[in-house]
Amino acid sequence: MQYLLTGLTVGAIYALVALGFSIIFNASHVINFAQGEFVMIGGMATMSLTATGLPYGLAIPLAVAAAALVGLALEKFAVEPARGASVVTLIIITIGASIFLRGLATLVWDKNLHALKPFTGDTPIAIAGATILPQSIWVIGVTLTIVLALSWFFGRTLLGKAMLATSHNRLAAQLVGINVRMVLFLSFGLSAALGAVAGILIAPITTTSYDVGVMLGLKGFAAAILGGLGSGVGAVVGGLVLGIAETMSAGYLSSAYKDAIAFVIILAVLFFMPSGLFGKRGGERV
Amino acid sequence: MLARLASPRTGGLLALAAVIALLPLALSNKYFYDVAVLVGLNAIVCVGLNLLIGYAGQISLGHAGFFGLGAYGSAILASRYGWPPLAAMFTTTLAVALLAFIVGRPILRLKGHYLAMATLGLGVIVFMVITTEDKFTGGPDGLSVVPFSLGGYVLQGERVWYWVVGALLLVAVWLALNLIESPAGRALRALHSSEVGAEVVGINAAEHKLMVFVISAVFASVAGSLAAHYSGFVTPGKVAFLHSIELVTMVVFGGMASTFGAVVGAAVLTTLPQLLATFEDYEMMVFGAVMMGTMIFLPRGVVPSLARLFQTRRQRTSAAGEEGGA
Repeated sequence: MQYLLTGLTVGAIYALVALGFSIIFNASHVINFAQGEFVMIGGMATMSLTATGLPYGLAIPLAVAAAALVGLALEKFAVEPARGASVVTLIIITIGASIFLRGLATLVWDKNLHALKPFTGDTPIAIAGATILPQSIWVIGVTLTIVLALSWFFGRTLLGKAMLATSHNRLAAQLVGINVRMVLFLSFGLSAALGAVAGILIAPITTTSYDVGVMLGLKGFAAAILGGLGSGVGAVVGGLVLGIAETMSAGYLSSAYKDAIAFVIILAVLFFMPSGLFGKRGGERV
Repeated sequence: MLARLASPRTGGLLALAAVIALLPLALSNKYFYDVAVLVGLNAIVCVGLNLLIGYAGQISLGHAGFFGLGAYGSAILASRYGWPPLAAMFTTTLAVALLAFIVGRPILRLKGHYLAMATLGLGVIVFMVITTEDKFTGGPDGLSVVPFSLGGYVLQGERVWYWVVGALLLVAVWLALNLIESPAGRALRALHSSEVGAEVVGINAAEHKLMVFVISAVFASVAGSLAAHYSGFVTPGKVAFLHSIELVTMVVFGGMASTFGAVVGAAVLTTLPQLLATFEDYEMMVFGAVMMGTMIFLPRGVVPSLARLFQTRRQRTSAAGEEGGA
């Protein structure tokens, strides 16, 4: 039970990062390796904003907005000019962007670890024989809210439907009058915001630093692949499965290999289901 | 004769040999030799990786894993168990080839981003094992390695290594060029443009992909073994995800499906951080910006872009010449 709760917390974070991957992938077929950097920016920006005396209620929206701006800039200045380039080229561009952002972070902030205060106290709460930190409840609750909000956004609003349509068929979407370039632009902003929220939520539990995005980004990518790229449900399930599997194996098997477990699972799943759990299956057309 | 000299196989190889032979004239001190050796080792990996990425069209984000296995295999066998370095390197290479052969088949069934994820995962797992099994590998602290010796002769000093690595790079390039022009090489290019199409005309896509995967792993492993002996020390940093990325970047930067491009990419991106070291704090930022910039403005890579420019200019001048003649 204890491992399950911890796993859910970690998994919720992976799910948020994986959702970011999925949104950008759907809009542009780009895997954005700078996704982890948004997580870092969220955490670090909140840290320095609260250090100036701002309350969380103000610092968090500002930090999320900052990350979203960086996401929009990334799309405008790095991805947009390289439209039509091959997959490998785009992967390298986003990796270049992530190295750039990390370098920038060492300049703006520093290379130290920073802790964020929990949102509401740090007295553990006992549930069914296990204890849970209030911050974990925040993580799970906020993730749940975001997932519900996103499903409302994609299912009920015009803009969300436009984004969905673009992901299904870009040309057809353009033909019915959807501004696909705007969709692409917004999808980067949205997923950057999601990443930043993840970074802020997890920072009080694990601390944050300029390179926190590397591992979280890779795990988020793993979660997105596990669920099947481009599937929203898949991203959430993938993240939760990964988080729970990781804490379970750390608890029962070996904590040294905690970080490797995610990748072992990924390899095992991909060997048997080459499109992930919820990915689209289909033959290649010649 | 002249036409043969102009072909990439003979002419290019001769040009590379000339560069390697003449470069020492410009290398005025040990530090330059050191950088040149690092360039050569990276170039060997990139030539192999380019066969996989550039020709067969299969991405690998985990090649630092093979490089690292080569380095640590040699280091452990030669330094901990006192094996002769050559035997250690040979055994390690064989083991890495076998590993690539076993994991290659299921991994190479995947495509695109899924393949990227699987190779990335493989690299991360190798990295985790190496950092965790500190009884053998020294963990995050690394491991010191005995110098490479053959018979009674000990290979030491930047200058000696320069010639050894230079010669090996020539062999690697020669092997790669021969492979590309063989029927197997044509099969690889065919399955790059369409796997189904290649299979329809009777190419065993799975076999060929596996073959080139194993070859590129062997190149990386040999370079890893040599790098371990050369620097006398191995650290997990060489196995990390970022190193895999650096290797892929070198290949793409130089130009995919261009063996000499891979060499150029290795040369530029190995020397760049050395030059940037003077910027200290800005090093990472500038490196990332260079990566982004070249990919945005030269998406085909440096060598093919330049080759194309050169070609159109030549065509233009020859066309102008004909007009003048008429």
